[in-house]
Amino acid sequence: MAERPLLQVRDLAKTFDVSPPLLNRLLQGQPQAFVQAIDDVGFDIPRGTTFSLVGESGSGKSTVARVVVGLYRPTRGSVTFDGTDLASIRSRRQMAPLRRRWAMIFQDPYASLNPRWRVRTIIAEPIRVHGLSSGESETRKRVGELLELVGLSAADGEKFPHEFSGGQRQRISIARALASEPDFLVCDEPTSALDVSVQAQILNLMKRLQRELGLTYLFISHDLAVVYHISDYVGVMYLGRLVEWAPARELFTRPQHPYTRMLLEAIPDLEMSGRARTPVGGEVPSPIDPPSGCHFHPRCPFADGDRCQREVPATLDIDGGGQVRCHAVAEGRMPPADVHTRGA
Amino acid sequence: MAPPVLKVDNLTVEFPGRRGTLRAVDDISFRIDAGEVLGVVGESGAGKSMTGTAVIGLLEPPGRIADGRVELEGQRIDNLPHEKMRRLRGDRIGMIFQDPLTSLNPLYTVGFHLTETIRTHTDRTEAQARKRAIELLSEVGIPAPEQRIDQYPHHFSGGMRQRVVIALALCAEPRLVIADEPTTALDVSIQAQIIQLLKRLCRDHGTSVMLITHDMGVIAETADRVAVMYAGRIVEVGPVREVVQNAKHPYTEGLMGAIPKIGGRTEDLVQIRGTMPRLSQIPSGCAFHPRCPKAFDRCRRERPDLIQVGQSRAACWLHAPEHAGTGASGDGHG
Repeated sequence: MAERPLLQVRDLAKTFDVSPPLLNRLLQGQPQAFVQAIDDVGFDIPRGTTFSLVGESGSGKSTVARVVVGLYRPTRGSVTFDGTDLASIRSRRQMAPLRRRWAMIFQDPYASLNPRWRVRTIIAEPIRVHGLSSGESETRKRVGELLELVGLSAADGEKFPHEFSGGQRQRISIARALASEPDFLVCDEPTSALDVSVQAQILNLMKRLQRELGLTYLFISHDLAVVYHISDYVGVMYLGRLVEWAPARELFTRPQHPYTRMLLEAIPDLEMSGRARTPVGGEVPSPIDPPSGCHFHPRCPFADGDRCQREVPATLDIDGGGQVRCHAVAEGRMPPADVHTRGA
Repeated sequence: MAPPVLKVDNLTVEFPGRRGTLRAVDDISFRIDAGEVLGVVGESGAGKSMTGTAVIGLLEPPGRIADGRVELEGQRIDNLPHEKMRRLRGDRIGMIFQDPLTSLNPLYTVGFHLTETIRTHTDRTEAQARKRAIELLSEVGIPAPEQRIDQYPHHFSGGMRQRVVIALALCAEPRLVIADEPTTALDVSIQAQIIQLLKRLCRDHGTSVMLITHDMGVIAETADRVAVMYAGRIVEVGPVREVVQNAKHPYTEGLMGAIPKIGGRTEDLVQIRGTMPRLSQIPSGCAFHPRCPKAFDRCRRERPDLIQVGQSRAACWLHAPEHAGTGASGDGHG
């Protein structure tokens, strides 16, 4: 890896204050409360690849996405985009040329498009904001090209969002995201509101755009099958921590962390091999009051009852080019992964 | 032979409107035998939830059953008066909906929900009903049911709430449970727990299930038979293994191909071009023909009925006796 990764995330943490109002605290003696939404997360995304974050509700994957694009300010840690530490930027003016280079696609294509704007206005907004066109006619031409790039027609620009289906709206979101000619897209569950046949269309479109435009994706999803399909690298999050990341094929064939293994076990079996799904015992604890030590220890079949409870596992490099945070792996207590050799 | 637990014949659901009548469910027939799990799968707008709603008599006006009949254990129920239907729901048909938060009243304790339902449908006393409620909670895997019974729905997590809803559905030992997207709102690890629970309970009690979902994975694990719906009709029905691994209808084939699979190649997914038609613009003939890669002339003109193909039945002209074997010749025309 001689080339510098497009995105480097180091020791990233974000804490939210969820305390009761000041008056309640003073009068009723209620304590302040904080949620450690993400805690010490670090990964790289090489240029032109897809890095996916998976995890269950409350794992902090969307918070990572929002910190990366600058919607939240990190409490600690750094985000380095193409060699520039984003925390070092002080003014909007310095930020603008960088800001043009990434864009975000959201989950809900109904909420993310302004219903009162025509599609051409929606898509033209980033072009105008970043001053990327010399005049109205050039903007129009560019909007038409973008619509065709995502599989719609230039004439669709005259319509309003409500005239489109969910999948078509997501295409419009993608066209808008591409309007500023970014090289990095953050996609937060872009297909989870869509039907499976429409999801296939959008995933295929995203892969084609990546090939043609050399895009880099940070892809957030809870669906492991979708992630397998689209990713080069996969990171698994649990209660704010990145417990394991590895090249996609590696993670799916040789998962190290017990939580990753459980997630893989919990996937429905479409081949109907008769493999019983082993449900993960218990539920994700509240992020306000996460378990001590390794957050996963109360649900973990490999927890040793002492070290796992006390000590936060350190990050450990694993064969195949990933990292894992688990005492059982570090101490060699984990049995080899019993992974369904489903053609992988 | 005992009649099937649920028998639906030529069910048609219509919504009269100012700009004409919309047909959400169009002439569908199916049956569910004792102890059987029938999966009903389809994409948004296919009419799968509408079918479930019509069966339990909860269609919102102006929606109405325009034609057909619904029989529960040989007794016709689609024409029952309101009050009788209300008693039948919860008594002989249990229901589980997608969002466990909206199916529980936030102002009542979990125990109140259960005891009220138990007392409505059986002649137990308050104390007996409470005892039964605690048994039910422990049966659906809620730890410390004696304490949890007096808590409110917001004290429960999503997965635990769905367990309560399942307990509610099973209160009166119904013959049939209609589960509409029971796991869709849940995380994948919790989803597996709920599916296992549902399977175990139905096996133990011999309850039949109509499982409505968009998730083929859930169907593959749970159902005995599957009905695939498209634009208000059943396009294919058969044993789950047949439908999942050896689909007969081009729509089912496309749907299966569109699902990303772990361990497979990561090339492009199979795409079904276009989108599900709106109810006001259902195409002539076979409703799937504009999107079908194998459509030929007859598909545009005539509407196919379900045709027996091996162990399944599929509504597709490719399988008509006169086309059998020559079906592929239609490919070039599209």
